[in-house]
Amino acid sequence: MSLISALARLEAVQTGRAQPAATARHRHLSDRPLVLVPLTTAGEAGAPLGALVGTDRDAPRLLVVPQPRDRDLRFAFLAELADVVLPYIDTYAEAAESAERNETDPETGKRVKVEVELCSDAPQLIVPSRAGVDYVRLLGRSMRFRRTAEQEPEAPHPAPPRVPLLGRWLTHYGERARVPGSSLLLALTEVLSRHWATGQSSLEDQHLGALLAWIDPPDGTSGAEAALSAELARDERGQLRCPPAGPATDPAFDNKLLAPAIERYDRARTRLAAAEDGLQADDRLAELTAAEHGIRALVESRTRPTWDAVWRGIDLLRALPEGAHVADRWTRDRWSFTGHRDRVTAGEPPQPRHDDAVTAANKLATREREQARLEAQEALDDPLIMAGRRLAGEAFAGEVIDVVMAYSDSKRPSPRPLVTVRTEDRPHLGERTKVYRQLGGKPQAAEFVRYEGQEGAGALFVLRILDKMGRGKEPEAGSVPEKGDHVCFTLFEHEQRGGAKLPDPEETPWTHGGPPGERTESPLPDPVTEEDAL
Amino acid sequence: MTTTFTGTPDAPGVFDPGAEATRATDAILRDTLHGPERGVVVDSPPGAGKSTLVVRAALELASAGRPLMVIAQTNAQVDDLVLRLAEKDPTLPVGRLHSSDPDPYDKALDDLDNVRTSAKAAELAGLDVVVSTAAKWAHVKVDEPWRHAIVDEAYQMRSDALLAVAGLFERALFVGDPGQLDPFAIVGSEQWAGLSYDPSASAVTTLLAHNPDLPQHRLPVSWRLPASAAPLVSDAFYPYTPFRSGTGPGDRRLDFAVASDGGGPDRVIDEAARSGWGLLELPERHTPRTDPEAVRAVAQVVRRLLDRAGAATSERSPEPVPLTADRIAVGTAHRDQAAAVRAALTDLGVTDVTVDTANRLQGREYDVTVVLHPLSGRPDATAFHLETGRLCVLASRHRHACIVVCRAGVPALLDDHPSTEPVQLGVNVKFPDGWEAHHAVLSQLSEHRVTWRP
Amino acid sequence: MPAPATRGTALRQRLAELRGPAVPPQPLDARALAALASNPGCKRRALLDGAGVNKATLASALGSPSAFGQSQFAFMRGNAFEARVKADGGAELLRLVHERMGGPAPDEARVPDLAAVGPEGRTARTALALREATESGGWTLLDHPMLALDVAGSSAFLEPDAVVVHPDGGWTVVEIKSFPMVDGSADPAKVGAAARQAAVYVLALEEVAARLHPAPAVHHRILLVCPKDFSNLPTASAVDIRKQRSVTRRQLARLTRIEDIADDLPPGICFSPDLPPTELSAAVESVPAAYAPECLSACELAFHCRERARERGAVTALGRALRGELGGLTTVDSVLSAAHGESGDPEDPAVRALRRAAELRREALGGPGCH
Repeated sequence: MSLISALARLEAVQTGRAQPAATARHRHLSDRPLVLVPLTTAGEAGAPLGALVGTDRDAPRLLVVPQPRDRDLRFAFLAELADVVLPYIDTYAEAAESAERNETDPETGKRVKVEVELCSDAPQLIVPSRAGVDYVRLLGRSMRFRRTAEQEPEAPHPAPPRVPLLGRWLTHYGERARVPGSSLLLALTEVLSRHWATGQSSLEDQHLGALLAWIDPPDGTSGAEAALSAELARDERGQLRCPPAGPATDPAFDNKLLAPAIERYDRARTRLAAAEDGLQADDRLAELTAAEHGIRALVESRTRPTWDAVWRGIDLLRALPEGAHVADRWTRDRWSFTGHRDRVTAGEPPQPRHDDAVTAANKLATREREQARLEAQEALDDPLIMAGRRLAGEAFAGEVIDVVMAYSDSKRPSPRPLVTVRTEDRPHLGERTKVYRQLGGKPQAAEFVRYEGQEGAGALFVLRILDKMGRGKEPEAGSVPEKGDHVCFTLFEHEQRGGAKLPDPEETPWTHGGPPGERTESPLPDPVTEEDAL
Repeated sequence: MTTTFTGTPDAPGVFDPGAEATRATDAILRDTLHGPERGVVVDSPPGAGKSTLVVRAALELASAGRPLMVIAQTNAQVDDLVLRLAEKDPTLPVGRLHSSDPDPYDKALDDLDNVRTSAKAAELAGLDVVVSTAAKWAHVKVDEPWRHAIVDEAYQMRSDALLAVAGLFERALFVGDPGQLDPFAIVGSEQWAGLSYDPSASAVTTLLAHNPDLPQHRLPVSWRLPASAAPLVSDAFYPYTPFRSGTGPGDRRLDFAVASDGGGPDRVIDEAARSGWGLLELPERHTPRTDPEAVRAVAQVVRRLLDRAGAATSERSPEPVPLTADRIAVGTAHRDQAAAVRAALTDLGVTDVTVDTANRLQGREYDVTVVLHPLSGRPDATAFHLETGRLCVLASRHRHACIVVCRAGVPALLDDHPSTEPVQLGVNVKFPDGWEAHHAVLSQLSEHRVTWRP
Repeated sequence: MPAPATRGTALRQRLAELRGPAVPPQPLDARALAALASNPGCKRRALLDGAGVNKATLASALGSPSAFGQSQFAFMRGNAFEARVKADGGAELLRLVHERMGGPAPDEARVPDLAAVGPEGRTARTALALREATESGGWTLLDHPMLALDVAGSSAFLEPDAVVVHPDGGWTVVEIKSFPMVDGSADPAKVGAAARQAAVYVLALEEVAARLHPAPAVHHRILLVCPKDFSNLPTASAVDIRKQRSVTRRQLARLTRIEDIADDLPPGICFSPDLPPTELSAAVESVPAAYAPECLSACELAFHCRERARERGAVTALGRALRGELGGLTTVDSVLSAAHGESGDPEDPAVRALRRAAELRREALGGPGCH
């Protein structure tokens, strides 16, 4: 952990309140995000118990599976979830603008600009925690290979019509969430801890209630007290006052409240099935409905506090000014969304179970590039984050104390001014190390020339400016720092170069197993067993 | 598991390093030039003549009329190979494919008559050998693939880098040291763990997962490591592929004209001169990475190595060779530690000694190395500090002696290290484990301990 | 006539005193033994575990009850899955063993009755069954065998889900877990925990094997059986546990140091949950702990230790990684006062770096932007 973030945590301990870890907001926040607070059944692989979902903080939709082991009830839940999520996605899929993209012409092999559609905005999904993101991924995996009655009329247990499509979208969102800096699917705890340092460990920060308690404690309490109570306080029935943000539930809830309620529901169902006449059936249906309401109330009582906490967290984040490069990264998210929309429209099969070699390598390359981009952009957008890079010797800031005009040796000499910077930072500069500063939103490169000794607490470094000075013999106005200017140079690049193009999957070389073979039209669905969880 | 035979090189029926190495090289060249398989893999422990092998294989392929491409991982490695090729056969037409960055290659190449340099592969077409980095090759497109390639430092190459270039050649010789630092990714790659083509794995891992029947050779003799170091390095880092030193116990000597002043640095120098290893142990204390006492101790050891007029005797020359600054290196785990050692050396008037991190010392060789132990003064161990390859690189750069500077208490630190690593299904466990390798090295080093309170 | 007080029995006596009169020892199971490696630097945990103190009871008596619990849904699902895997004389299980580890087809397998009186009896019965199975040259499934392992002078009894004896005489530990393997991969943290647990069984089996001539091979790859994808059909994966085995072996060997830890205690210390909380708390405080946030998921006493660590202002309460660059500074106050220039040696690089960090932070939060 960097000393600057360590200090922030220790200051949080001392003051009893979370301290800023950023001065700008580094993730995009939609005006109308879709919040999803899912709960799952303990011990089952992704058997949902219920969820709160929606875009209106005052009117979440409550979805409940009263008997999580019942396949039909689970399908009903997923169909309802699809009814909420897919229309939300559709509204964004329909509004597109035209944009240009570089593509390789398949005939000439040249890079050409083509006009394509780009969705004007993209749907944003917010879950409480990292475990929620994993759960979105798991739900996506469990649904995308299902077959509907329309696809396979003979197969038993067909999935409701829109469920496989929801699976593909959730899979796409879960996968996109692995790209550094992306905002299509956010885990609120992660975003909050990017922006605030609490007086507890990062492990404990994964508890949404405790994290919010540090950032915004109730009046009259310290963050530490509020966090402790969020973690541990229980009511007279032994239930946590601040239920876990899910998807896992508290065992005490399962054992004391949920299990008896499900048992009541099961009993009512059996009795209804055994009803001997209409009158009896009516009575017993009322019993069943009551039992189901009991479970719904329980699920709501465990999800509503989290739902409200998520919106509170969103409010806190909205109060921060958006970082200058956030929109640039959101545009990449919009491309990602548009791309998936187009694949769905084109009738492509669902994402396979495993990436092939080329896809995996391309994804890794993209993520490494995005990681570097994110680190550079966050530092450029936020002096506090830049401070961490300066402390690490990866950037330096200081005052220009001298500028000497110089020129390159070439036939047409270009300006290569020498700039002396006085800084108290200790950058890791070596012979001809390249450094960069922002100039009108673009990076200007310079190289380290020499160290000229100390002046007070500061060191004097001579840099040679290399570019962005125009084509003339004299540098354009404002393109060279002047004496007295405060400048900040980074040792890292501001923009990321694209990597080499990998072969197409069908040209996978022998070292990597050769081409993956004909992918079947659609991967086989998971086998259906009598007691399967999803 | 470990070879147990000992004896002098001349005794009949015992280990003859020269003959063993020749036998291995011959088999490798036979498979490379005449074998039916598309790939040949060669494991090379530290200082086992990997570069010599690469140069020889390239020359033999070229002289058999089979032009080839050579893929190395860094520009320094590429330049080094080109220089070696030209040294071995000045008439061989060699191409150095380079990037379009400023100063893309070593200027020394410009003085070589038969070496052509270019940023465009087409301009080098038809040359017998074309050498470049994996990163540059990845941008090259060819109509006809090369019939042969040599991939150097293949264990430090990532699987995805091989994927980008493997279409350029039909068959290849893969050479590398499995004990050095593994390649890494700056983002998580867990989702592909267990897949045979995990893009973040090493190129050799993927290659062998898909082609398990490729011939695998290993170079059995380290010509660099002295007889005092080969057993330790072999046991600790290559437990399943042991190797031997090419020289015997009496073949290398390190002598100092100036007598010891009795201080810690001199005592540890004498111990290292005598046994090949020295551990200078400072009092136990938690410190930040750039522990000034430890950094100063490292610098003092280097200063005394130079002041005491050392001379190294080895099989390379009949006369002892002076131990000069260019024959000494300092190894650290972190860049800021290296910077601190450099500053401390400057304060003591030492300038020409190489000081670098393990990553940058890979593939280099010195007479004496001074190592700041990666765990010295730390309150806890981390995966980075425990990484087997890091310690292996630091402990295997020397021809004569290695001196480790460390604070006391590291064995207890290792014992207290929580071991709750996650396990990915389908991923082969890498041996040896860093935790065990550290224990093994420390227990050996403790026999050469000099405690010192500066 | 009483046996002479050897070193071992003296230690047992001492540990019984620490536990409290009439408090039976909490038996150590494989999970507890595997957990020794989760924080081996903690003397408190080593002593309490070694003495057989029930840490959950102790934590409640101290007023900081642990939050570990199991949902009955998970419990039921786990049991149902294990029963399904072992149904039909273990046919499915042996099919998986054969599929992953090879050997002749398991058309027939013996499933010996391992019932006996008491853990010692069951251990002896298991040892006998293992010997017979090894000699038989066929497949044998040992369902819930009992193994013993010497832990700091006392026997810990361990009950693996199953051990399979191969026709070639080799032994394989089988772990059955109810977390899923989806598309061939499973939660790495859970697999890691299962591997550490299985390593304990392998160590115990190796002791049994060592008493046989010739000693049969105890495979260092164990078979992990889990539900496949979203079904309750079993699937399996072989897991190499050599690393976990060597770590656990070393930690078990180190447990003998609990004698030294016990020797350092003031006389009359006792951890009986009947004692008044203040006395109990003082007893617990007399053994040094090494609290870190990871303890919260691994030790029943974690909330108690966390409270104490926070009271002391220990920086490790915020995470082990935090102290990396703090050198000798270990408390919140000492770090902050050094950072703010109120204490600390300005020549100490930790102090110097802290001051620079504090200055940069102040500048960034108050000063102009950096562009």
